[in-house]
Amino acid sequence: MIEYKKDGWRAAIALAPMVFFMLVFTFWPIINAFIWAFLEDFSYGGKGISHGELDGYRWITGGTFIKVGIDNFKTVLTDGLFWDALKNTAIIVIVSVPLTVILGLAIAVGLNSIKRFQGLYQTIFFLPYVTNTIALGMVFATLFHQNYGLVNKVFKNIGFAWINGTTFTGTSEVTFWTALVVLTAYTVWNGLAFKIIVFLSGLQSIDKQYYQAAQIDAAPRWRVFTKITVPLLSPMILYITITSFIGAFKAYSSVIAVFGTGKYGPDGEPNMMITVVGYIYDKMAIGGTPYGVASAASLILFFIILIITMLQLQVSKKRVHY
Amino acid sequence: MMKEASKDIPKRGIFHDRVEVKLQNLTKEFVDKKGKVTVAVNDFSVTIPAGKLIGLLGPSGCGKSTTLYLISGLHKPNSGTIFFGDDDVTNTPPEKRGIGLVFQNYALYPHMTVKQNILFPLENMRVPKAEAQVRAKKMAELVHIGDLMDRKPNQLSGGQQQRVAIARALVKEPRVLLLDEPLSNLDARLRLQTREEIRRIQKETGVTTIFVTHDQEEAMSISDEIIVMNDGLKQQIGHPQDVYEEPINQFVAKFLGNPPINIVPGKLKGEKVVLENGVVIDSGVKQPNQDINIGLRPEYLKLSDKGKIEATVDLVEHIGRDTMLICYINEIGLKIRAIISSERRLTPGEQVKFECSKLFVFNKTTGERYK
Repeated sequence: MIEYKKDGWRAAIALAPMVFFMLVFTFWPIINAFIWAFLEDFSYGGKGISHGELDGYRWITGGTFIKVGIDNFKTVLTDGLFWDALKNTAIIVIVSVPLTVILGLAIAVGLNSIKRFQGLYQTIFFLPYVTNTIALGMVFATLFHQNYGLVNKVFKNIGFAWINGTTFTGTSEVTFWTALVVLTAYTVWNGLAFKIIVFLSGLQSIDKQYYQAAQIDAAPRWRVFTKITVPLLSPMILYITITSFIGAFKAYSSVIAVFGTGKYGPDGEPNMMITVVGYIYDKMAIGGTPYGVASAASLILFFIILIITMLQLQVSKKRVHY
Repeated sequence: MMKEASKDIPKRGIFHDRVEVKLQNLTKEFVDKKGKVTVAVNDFSVTIPAGKLIGLLGPSGCGKSTTLYLISGLHKPNSGTIFFGDDDVTNTPPEKRGIGLVFQNYALYPHMTVKQNILFPLENMRVPKAEAQVRAKKMAELVHIGDLMDRKPNQLSGGQQQRVAIARALVKEPRVLLLDEPLSNLDARLRLQTREEIRRIQKETGVTTIFVTHDQEEAMSISDEIIVMNDGLKQQIGHPQDVYEEPINQFVAKFLGNPPINIVPGKLKGEKVVLENGVVIDSGVKQPNQDINIGLRPEYLKLSDKGKIEATVDLVEHIGRDTMLICYINEIGLKIRAIISSERRLTPGEQVKFECSKLFVFNKTTGERYK
């Protein structure tokens, strides 16, 4: 017999520190973002201007504003840069997510099937996970540099010159698509390790008897993969796909890591690879009353991610076997 | 595929192939990470007759499941040969041996319906769709799960899952059907019903069937022949009743029978056995004088005024038609069980005398039975 009352208190005490920090650093900012997005000309910590009766809400909003409305959303949605950012983000999502999921699954299956040096290979594939993101970005930036990047040299020698990914100074030969190649390569590489680990643990938790049964049933390898491995791994695949989508929609540090701080693209094209999170960050950084606009953009991103995640869960209902 | 011939010879069951399974000097060793060698199956030779239901019986860890996996091909023997009929299948991969295997926990694919599970082997064999459907339906009906075709395994009871697993194993019309502890995951009532089902299905298909079990009652009740195994070694093969009545050694005698056989130590003197309390009984064997054990099955002990074994009743268990007495032999204090007719009413503390209608004499050290 469980003593709910006693255990409830214990649970509450154990959870309290986590709940406290979540409330302060996660939930309160989220609530703030919701409120700020609808405040026009909101000034964080703003004094000076008198707003009459609305001043009374300062204890909630932490600043002053003119009125409640949807001006911030209008500003965001009429801003060409926001649409650029959204387009870039969407392309990163569409290209990198399927690529990482498929590659991660393939590598995990490969790793799971080898017997010798499995630990060694696992370590190698896990290295990017424990390597500093910015350091990785610098390596990629160098590898794909338009003048002296190793990748570019190789491609130039065999007659292609289209992977000019980055430039540090001078005139840029970098185009949107070549920059995207570098960014995608980096994103995939950086995200692969975690996915491999998740898939590998998923694979190892599948009962070996299913494979023995399949062997006795004379199932060819590919059928074993598609009819047994993938369905039995489907909860993991769904989890990885959804978290990858969310992660890719929040792409920001990858752009900074590859192209350097303070810009979202190669030299001369500072906004070429700007993402939605980059846009939000920039809005907050510029002067005036930026928090309202940044919050509105955050909310838009939030609802895009929410809708896509819900769609994924809906679509996957029939295909995921728990 | 079904050959036309099978239809002309209905006596042979619905499958055309009936093969004898011959294991010759089969040995399987496992080496663990520390390099320790365990001999799971030791120089095991046996011929399993075609079209029979065979129970492979032994205590846990005796190598019976390993033997089954060796026959299936999922394990490779270290030495020895396996024949299916005239084919040497020792080096044939499992998928080419023509076997059906029912795993202990059934290993039904959880994401597939019953129908998809049964169809899976046929799809792998590239059986045309229409034919596959017919065969799957026929097999489902054979095991009485025709109305469960669209369910998922987790919507089925243990007994139903068992049937699906058997249907999946049989649908490809294997030469040999292997069942690993087929009844261990079922409750007592279902066990009784399922073992009769296995018997019926085996008779209807006529496929050579080997099932592994640690439950002697289960093996004895449905098998045409049983193979008793211990420590990786074959102990005895034969008709269940023959093995029960003429065990080859003390292990087999003790392993078969419920309530278990009574083992009483004694000395062989000429053709007589002298028990520790000085009681002398006929042994029926001619062996040099030595220390021996005698084996007395509970039903071999008869109450009789002329009986030489005197005992004190400790407990009387009424088990319906019969009564089981638990007694202590006077002076030795050894517990023995006897099954007597329930007409005799006895109470604890009463003195009784037993006569033995039959007894086994075992070598004290090797356990070998003297005849």
